[in-house]
Formats: sequence, structure tokens, C-alpha cells
Amino acid sequence: MTNHYIDLKNSDVILIMGSNAAEHHPLAFKWILRAKEKNGARIIHVDPRYTRTSARCDYHVPLRSGTDIAFLGGMINYIISNEKHFHDYVVNYTNASFLVNPDFSFDNGLFSGYDAEKRKYSKDTWTFQMDASGIPLKDPTLTDPRCVFQLMKQHYSRYTLDKVSSITGVSKENLTRVYAEYSATGVPDKAGTECYALGWTQHTVGVQNIRSMAIIQLLLGNMGIAGGGINALRGEPNVQGSTDHCILYGNLPGYLKMPLASLDTLEKYLEKCTPKCKDPQSANYYINYPNFYVSWLKALYGETATPETEFGYQWSPKLDDGKAYSQLHLFDRMYEGKIKGLFAYGTDPAVSSPNSLKTRKALEKLDFLVCANIFDNETSSFWFGPGVDPKQVKTECFLLPAAATMEKEGSQSNSGRWVQWKYKAADPPEDAISCGDIQIRLMDAIKALYAKEGGPNAESILNLKWDYKDRDGNMDVLKVAKQINGHWTADVEIDDKGVKKQFKKGDLVPTFGMLKADGTTACGNWIMSGSFGADGENKMAKRGKDDPTGLGLYPNWSFAWPVNRRIIYNRASCDVNGKPYNPKRKLLEWTGDKWVGDVPDGPWPPMADKEKGKYPFIMKADGVGSLFGPAMADGPFPEHYEPLEGPLTKNPLSGQLNNPAIEIFKADVDQVANASEKFPYVCTTYSCTEHWCSGALTRWQLWLLEMQPELYVEIGEALAKEKGIKNGQKVKVSSARGEVKCVAMVTKRFVPFTVEGQTVHQVGLPFNYGWLFPEDGGDSTNFLTPSVGDANTFCPEFKAFMVNVSKVQERTL
Amino acid sequence: MKNMDIVKVIDVTKCTACRGCQVACKQWNEQQATRTHNWGSYQNPPDLQSNTWTLIRFQEYVDKDGTFKWLFRKDGCMHCTDAACVKVCPSGALYYTEFGTVGVHRDRCIGCKACVTACPFGIPRHDVRTDKCYKCDLCYTRLLGDQKPACVLSCPTGALTIGDRATMLKKAYARVAELGGDANVYGDKFVGGTHVIYVLGEKPGVYDELPEHPKMPATVLWWKNFFKPFTLIGIGGVAGAAALHYLIKGPHEVKENKEGGE
Repeated sequence: MTNHYIDLKNSDVILIMGSNAAEHHPLAFKWILRAKEKNGARIIHVDPRYTRTSARCDYHVPLRSGTDIAFLGGMINYIISNEKHFHDYVVNYTNASFLVNPDFSFDNGLFSGYDAEKRKYSKDTWTFQMDASGIPLKDPTLTDPRCVFQLMKQHYSRYTLDKVSSITGVSKENLTRVYAEYSATGVPDKAGTECYALGWTQHTVGVQNIRSMAIIQLLLGNMGIAGGGINALRGEPNVQGSTDHCILYGNLPGYLKMPLASLDTLEKYLEKCTPKCKDPQSANYYINYPNFYVSWLKALYGETATPETEFGYQWSPKLDDGKAYSQLHLFDRMYEGKIKGLFAYGTDPAVSSPNSLKTRKALEKLDFLVCANIFDNETSSFWFGPGVDPKQVKTECFLLPAAATMEKEGSQSNSGRWVQWKYKAADPPEDAISCGDIQIRLMDAIKALYAKEGGPNAESILNLKWDYKDRDGNMDVLKVAKQINGHWTADVEIDDKGVKKQFKKGDLVPTFGMLKADGTTACGNWIMSGSFGADGENKMAKRGKDDPTGLGLYPNWSFAWPVNRRIIYNRASCDVNGKPYNPKRKLLEWTGDKWVGDVPDGPWPPMADKEKGKYPFIMKADGVGSLFGPAMADGPFPEHYEPLEGPLTKNPLSGQLNNPAIEIFKADVDQVANASEKFPYVCTTYSCTEHWCSGALTRWQLWLLEMQPELYVEIGEALAKEKGIKNGQKVKVSSARGEVKCVAMVTKRFVPFTVEGQTVHQVGLPFNYGWLFPEDGGDSTNFLTPSVGDANTFCPEFKAFMVNVSKVQERTL
Repeated sequence: MKNMDIVKVIDVTKCTACRGCQVACKQWNEQQATRTHNWGSYQNPPDLQSNTWTLIRFQEYVDKDGTFKWLFRKDGCMHCTDAACVKVCPSGALYYTEFGTVGVHRDRCIGCKACVTACPFGIPRHDVRTDKCYKCDLCYTRLLGDQKPACVLSCPTGALTIGDRATMLKKAYARVAELGGDANVYGDKFVGGTHVIYVLGEKPGVYDELPEHPKMPATVLWWKNFFKPFTLIGIGGVAGAAALHYLIKGPHEVKENKEGGE
């Protein structure tokens, strides 16, 4: 979240799209209801299915799965055509005025630079025109035909109400209603926010779904303000914490980049990763990249990380250029037999990964599988699953009993970037230990083996700093947390805003602004720097309830990264002179010598001060929000493409049916059936309130199982009638990849869509069930889903694919 | 909350049907789960049971303007001031607490099922295994300890609140005024006023299993006026219960516990 949960109460219009907030964030949802009660906020739910969220919104707008960009592109068109955008904000705080490379183009669904063979773009033309000093040329009148604003206007002029309605299946009345209500927040004293979740990310255009909304929020001046922002509702499985600490293959802690093999020296790597900007008014905060990265290497390799050893750069693992290592790739290569071993901690890919047949077959090709969990699950027991002959499985399987979350101390990060410390409530049962302790013991053993026997890249293992144990030999979680925060590796004297400060070797670094690239600091995750005070205070454990701004920032409750900033890009809540756009919700104000309110995005004066002032979007090289976003793999402007599997043979907006930059997996089990008579219904998958992710934890909880006992498919009344399916009847749902049996839940909550003049039915299933338990609860919904992912992140397309539904004769209930 | 005439308000217009209350009730009252099946609804168990004292009812409804609504209603004991179950209970198992709620002395229950038949809201459930009747006691022991009932404590949205009667009724009416339309307060106008009050978004008749005009069954009134005085002068609970059982078994169909034994 750019903002945080409590801040939802400050909103005037809340668009919930790509999220079922009430069902999956039931505690957070109270702040949405608070906005409705206290501000009279409008709550709008756009979703293929009417859910428990819809029931508590002002209204629900059904939309065909996989057409969010068409819907949002229509909103961009509406905002620009009706001049609903916040003009000052757009001119000053976005790249709307920047002039784009004359060779950049968009034609029939493709941006310039496309290589059809590689399915990749060259981004050479996705650049700005520069003046002699290397600063982007701008047209503040926004009228130059090559400025971002005009190109964007032209791009989205194709997203007419008729076209969008025909693609999405949303009536024109509903489109106009949402567009008008939401774009009314494009004024200084109104705030609109957007809540999304997996409903936006799990598409082949997932990142661009979110980009589309980011563009809308920038156009309306809703970024950086109280009650605004783009808010990913994450939560349950500590997704925020795990991404902060680099669960994604291309990241290092704090969103630093994994080195590529071609960057064969530290110097080349830092040169490549450190953004440059010639504009003196841009803070370009990532100019500090070398400080963060070298401190990370120091944390990794300790004393052995020296300038002479390039701080261990050569020992740290690299990615092969042009290769991806997502979970989709992992299982694809495993299926090919190229991966020998898998560690699966706290995860159940046999249920949760797409194309379960492929996933489960892939597991059979491993030599060994190590699972760590609090319960057995379909992955650790895959070798005796349905249709598997244990005698034929060579994989040696281990299941390590792990401690549950309440059986260990540590930090948990919520979506609002609040890192909250929690304590152990009970000892783990029997010989279960925390996953951290498992890692500690494993690495101790590996280090000992390397010391004895040597091996490939031995320095990487032997030089690894690994002293996170307490006196009893167990993981000392505070030692780990302090290493993440960072410390000095030598006695230093530094100049902190004109004040000389002395620090001793081992003292904790109070903020990432003090990290250095010379090896005098070590820091495991720069964004977490400041989670401890220099005096050793654990700020994550703070529980102060004071709220000086009255906006619910609660600055003394836990620690929010970065530097306890509760709303990021908050300088954009003020005009160029630092006066709040909305005095009623004063997040920040420049008093002439300092900012007062939330922790500001940097101490510099507002940008009207041409000497010392800085633009507000300090993490962007140009200092402004990107309407034109060349960092994306699939285009600087979001464009509607159909899901890999959809009901249409042709994209109504262009000649390009699917996202041209997605990778197509080609194993024999990667079958695809677009617009096929055999699989005529759009399908989506989701969770339910009562279960958690794959259900691997919650299915064993009998009170929860009582409420949601088995797999079901939600089917609209019209389709059920057409197919002769009665409520509660057992049915089979099938796709080009597999099938599942489940109970039909016939409902008014799915209505058919009219798409390109045709009636299109949509159905949906939860993904919370697996064969292991309960016995008759049904198996994984992911037997249906395709192995394909977003062009940028490879997040699987769980949310839009095609199926058939048919009755089954025997009733095994 | 000690010595307070308490009222719990269920504002169905704030309920997200997360069912935290349904689980919290089972947890606090140590009730076992039933192995259910999906019967084409989120509502599960399908009905109240001897081990399910509160239940969210899910109902798909199209209003008079053709607008689709998904209605959620937390069902459970209404804790009547003039409670049919207390009136008919021959053994003193059901009684009025100092909070005005209807408590249960389970050890005194003789399993006569008189309460099951008498309740105008169809709440109590009989368990064949223990031969006793069960219902919500509004977490009497928690109230004694000045704690909110488990369901109220678990509610994230403020749909469930509890307090003294006057304050809660005032809040309920204020909420109804704010909601407008068909919104109404349900519970304060009959059976002497219930200690569980609904804020309903629709007219009462719209909701499944919610009586529009709940009242004490005539048989209970007869029992109260004619037979109960005899028990008071020493005829004894067992004979009284037998008489009552005979009287009301005929005209009413007793709800058997369908799920409990599976």
C-alpha cells in the first residue's frame, strides 16, 4: 500500500476492483465502512461476481474477468475527454509534459521495438527527448503532440464507451456511473482510493492492471494524499514482509536487484543499477543505490567483504541474462527433469501452483523434496496422491515439523508497511522448531561439509556471516532483526545535517541515509533501517496510540518503512509551495523551514524553491509520477489484451489477441483452448473467508471446515438452467488441462455478460481444497488453470481461463 | 455490565458475514464442529443445531425495484423479556439472569423439548446424545466477568454491539433513521422486548426464518395460566412437563436435531 489500512477511513470514494476486501480482509474492511459512516464515502465494487464485499458496497458492477484494462482505459479516456484531471498536479508532479522520443509508436496493439520471435520489446524508443544538458524536454501546456499527455489521450481515445462495454460486458450506464463518481475526486479537497489484491495481479496483464489505476490516481491527484493511493490489500500470508525480504526471484532484500551474470564486476553492477538524472531538482534518491547494495554485501559476508574482494560481489549468486526463475519456470524445468531437489517451506504447490497435473508430475522427477510445515499437505504427500503409484516415485520426501506463527517471536508486516513485532505465545509441540531454526541448522551443516570437503563456489558458503544463534544454539531473532536494520562496522564520525555524531563499531544505524558504500556499514535490508533506534530500541514493538494529525497515522505504533513514513509520496499532498491541497486532511505542510506532519519524503523544500527544492516523487529518477512508464516489459501505456484463454478469437481493440510480451510454456501438459466450443465458459478462481490460501492449514480446523466443507463452483442461474444443473448437485468442471468434481452452487450472484454481441457465462471456484483432507472435500482447482503468467512478474493467470461444466451422475456426497 | 438490563444489537446492514461470531461462539462455548457438506449455500451448518447456537443465514433476495441483495442475518436466541421457553421449562433449567437475558442451567434440563416447541423464533435445539436442549446464553459467564459475549468481541465491523437497553435502543433507532427506506428496529415491540435487537435493512417479512409477528404460543399462555400454578404448589415439574408435552406435541411439529449425531 502507498497508504495504510486506517487511512482508508479518510477517503471520499473507494473503488474496490480486483479485490474481495470484505471476505479476505475482514478486519481491514472496517476502515472502509468507517469511511462510509463518517465521510459518507461512496464504496464501489467492480468484480465478475457479487460477493460479500458487494453486499456492503453502495453498488456492484459485474465485469468479465480479464478486462480490467479496458474498463480503466475507458476511465482514463473519460477523465481526459471531460477534463476531470487535476491540472496543477498533472503538470507539476507527473511526466505528462515530457516529450517522448519521436520514434516511439503504437500500432495495432504493438508498441515500437517488438521482436515477435523473442516475444520481447526493445525499449530503445520508449524514452524522452532531452535538452543539451540531458534533462527531458517538457511542454507545460500539455499541447505538444509528442508530450506524454497527448500520446496518452490519443492512446485511450480508442477506449470508447461502446468499445469498453462490448469488451467488458459492463453496461454503458454502469461505466458512466463509476467513471463520473470516481473522477469527481480529481479536485483538491476530495480523495479517491483503490483497493486491489490478487484479482488484479493474477493475470497475464497483472502489472498493467495496476499501472492503469496508477495513471488514473496521478491524473486525479490522488497519490501521496490522505485517503488516496493505490492500495494492495495483502495481509494474510505476510506477503508484504516476504516481498520486502525478496521472495521474488529478481529481487534482493529491499527491492534491490539480483545481479546478472553479464555484470561481472561490482562496478558494472552498480553502474547499471544506479539511476541517473541531470535535473538538479530531482532528488533521484536511488542515487544511494551503492550505499544500500554494498551494505547488503557487508551484512552477507561480514569481515570478508572488503574493497579488495569487491565486498563479496563475485561470491553472490547471479541470474543468467534473459532468463527468468519464477515458480512457473521452476516447475517447468522440474517437469523437464532438470531440477534435482526442492525445499518447500510453508507452501503447498501441489494445490496452489497452476496446472496441478504438471506440478505433481514435476515433483515425481525430483531426487529429493524437503517440506517444512505445521501439517502434512498435498505436496509433502504427493507421492501417494490420487493416481500416483508410490512404487514408481523415486523422489525421497522429508517433512520437517515447523513451529506455527504464534509459536515464535518476530516481525510481521502488514499491507501498510507497518512492521509489527510480536511475541511467542506458546512453545511448538514435540520436536517442531521454527523455519528460521531449520535454516540455521541446515546452513551450519552445509558450512561444515564445505569446510571439510570444499565444493563449487565454496567462498560463497564459507564466507557467509552466520552468527545468529543464542547461547543455547537456537536462532536469536533479535540478532537477525538487528542485522537487517544495519550497524557500523568501524568507529566513525559523521556529519548529520551539520551536527557531528560519533558512532562505535557495532552501533545500530538509525536510518538508511547513513549507510555507506565504503564498507563501514552493514545492513541486511536498507528499507528496514531505522526499525531499531541507535539506542537499541526496537521500534517495531512500539505501541503508542497518539495520533497528532488526527488522520490515523499513529506514528508511534510499530515501525513503517521507509523511515516511519505512513503515506509515501506525501509531498505530493501539497502544492508547489508546500501548502496542503486539502487543508481539512492536512497530511504535511511546509512551514518555511521544515515539513510538519507525516515523515516527509525527504527534507528538501517544496519544488517552487528552484535552488534547494525537489520534486515530490523522490524514488523516481525524474522526480515525478510516471504516466508514461517505460520500465514495464509490455509497454509504457497499459493496453487491453485478452487472457491467454478467453471467449474471443479477436481482440476488439487491436490485431493482438494476447499480451505480446508473455512467455508461452510449451510442455506437453501446457494445453490451451482459446474460444473453444469444448470450453465455452469464462472461469475465475478465488479464496473464501473461511479458508486460508491452499487450505493446507485451515482444512484441519474443523470449525472452519464446518462452514466451508468442500469444493464448489458458483454458477449463475441462467447457465444452470441451460445445463439442467440444480443447486447442490455434483458437477464436473473441466478445462484443456484437467478436471475437478465439486458441488454446484447456483446463484444470482453470477450474471451472464454480453461480449461482442454474444452471451458469455462466467463461473468461479475457490482454490482452498486438496485431496489429503477432508477425504471427500474435492481436489485442487488448479487442475484447471494454465501455466502462464504476467509479462513482468510471472504471477500466474489464475483469474481468467476457459472451462466447461457438466453434471455427473453418481453422487458421492 | 454488571446488574445492567443489557441489549445486544445486531446491525445486519454492517455485517459482512465473515462468520467470526459463528466460530467465536463455538470456541468459547467449546462446541464441536459437525462434518457438513456443501448443500449449495455458504450457510453451513444449514440450520441452528444443539452445537451451533449462532448461525449466519445467507439469503439471495431481489427487492421490489429489481435490485439484487445478498442478505446476511445472524440467527440465535433473542433473549425475550417475556420468554416462552422460561415459561414452559418445567425443571427450572431456563431462567432469567440479572442481565435480563435467558440463562441455561444445563444440569437441570430434563430434555423434555418444551422450549423447542414453545420458542416463537425456533431457537433451542435438542441433542439426542445428551438428551438435553441447547441455546445461546449470551455468554452469561463472560457477562458476569464484565466481558463482552464472544460473538460481539469477534465482530470486526461493529455489526454486533452490546450495552444497556436505553442506550442501545437509542443507537438502533438513530441507525435506522440514518439508513432510511425500509430499515427498521426489530425486537423491542413484542414478547416484552427482546434483549437481542436487530437493525434490519429490509422489512422483517423478507428475512428467512424470522417471524413477522412473534408471540408466545397460545398453548404456552394456557400452560402459564392454568397448569403452572399447580407446579408452584407442589405438583412437581415432571408431571407438569408431561402435561405440557402432551399439550403441545400435537399441534406443533417438533424440530429434531438433524445434524448433531452425524
